[in-house]
Amino acid sequence: MNLTRRHMLILLPAAAIAWKHVLAGTPEASPNYTMSQHWWGMLMDLPKCIGCGNCVRACQAENDVPDGYFRTWVERYHVTDYDIENPHVDSPDGGKKGFPPSKEEGGKNFFVPKLCNHCADSPCTQVCPVGATFISPDGVVLVDKTYCLGCRYCVQACPYGCRFINPKTMTAEKCTLCYHRITKGLTTACCESCPTGARQLADLKNPNDPIHEFLKTHNVQVLKPYMATHSKVFYNELDGSVR
Amino acid sequence: MNVFKDAGHLFRLAAVFLVGGLAFVGVRALLVPKSFGEYGHYRGNAMAEVAARPVNYAGHQACEDCHTDVLEKKKSGKHVHVNCEACHGPQEKHVDDPGSVQPAKLDTAVLCVRCHEANIAKPKGFPQVASADHSNGLACDTCHQPHSPAIDTGGTAGGTAKETTGGTK
Repeated sequence: MNLTRRHMLILLPAAAIAWKHVLAGTPEASPNYTMSQHWWGMLMDLPKCIGCGNCVRACQAENDVPDGYFRTWVERYHVTDYDIENPHVDSPDGGKKGFPPSKEEGGKNFFVPKLCNHCADSPCTQVCPVGATFISPDGVVLVDKTYCLGCRYCVQACPYGCRFINPKTMTAEKCTLCYHRITKGLTTACCESCPTGARQLADLKNPNDPIHEFLKTHNVQVLKPYMATHSKVFYNELDGSVR
Repeated sequence: MNVFKDAGHLFRLAAVFLVGGLAFVGVRALLVPKSFGEYGHYRGNAMAEVAARPVNYAGHQACEDCHTDVLEKKKSGKHVHVNCEACHGPQEKHVDDPGSVQPAKLDTAVLCVRCHEANIAKPKGFPQVASADHSNGLACDTCHQPHSPAIDTGGTAGGTAKETTGGTK
């Protein structure tokens, strides 16, 4: 066979066109929403949380979360006077039906709502072998259901226990920060239904968002800062015993 | 002595590689979704698919557009910052078709205690009651109107409920 310079000149542009076809993307779907202008997080004002479970119910109603699984849940902490290292934590049905009266007296008692921390350096996205989970350009950790194999690597990798395998689809599922709502200008279902304002959606790229003033003037912490996940769920007045 | 005398099979090898490479590129172009790699090592369209989910909670703005009277009433009471759907539940269907889809009637006996039942872990300043001995079995809305819950002292509302204690500690 004789592959001449002429053949090469014909073949190379064809290959280049094919490659460009591979790399080509489609434009953004939502016309009024520009991903690059947002960087989403959430504020948990713990002294306001009353453990009513509205957020858990709202999340389930909004996102069809199967029974017994949670994208967000509320924990009740009981820290005894002399053993701060070993708090007693309960979360009956994720706090969905509220909390029964405490059996324990004294000590510190408080509620801690939890959800995906939408880490800027999230361990769960790093372990996905197929590119099914990722951090969107606006800072939300999402799962591509059509790509997910259900291998559970991400479920294990999340230091906060925020992921689960949906028993129906057998794919990884987690809080989307109500991506279908925040891209339409609404707040998340949990924030919408929180009666005390303990949960507040925060856009860290919006200079007018009250989150900036709040972070400057309050004792704010993230969960497990030593994991260096750069969590974007900020807890006001977080007790040191919270895991 | 010609070094390139038997160079023909080198070209054949190169052609095999080239055909293989082109086949790879072609098959990849067919199998890999167009939006893969648009923003990173994932399918760019996945975000639009997640965002396409229908909304269930309409948001308080949608409620307030029509129910201005309730909004005014709420402004006079402590529930001013409680969003409508915190109690009334998801109402997007009602917003889409206000005529035929009506929100369910609410039962204050269930609803009020969700937040106001006394619990040791609740913030100290939050108004809490032990519902069993607070109202002598009367429904909450006998005395308190949920949209503006402070008891109207000029009214005829009965009941001995007075204590709105904080948590026991």
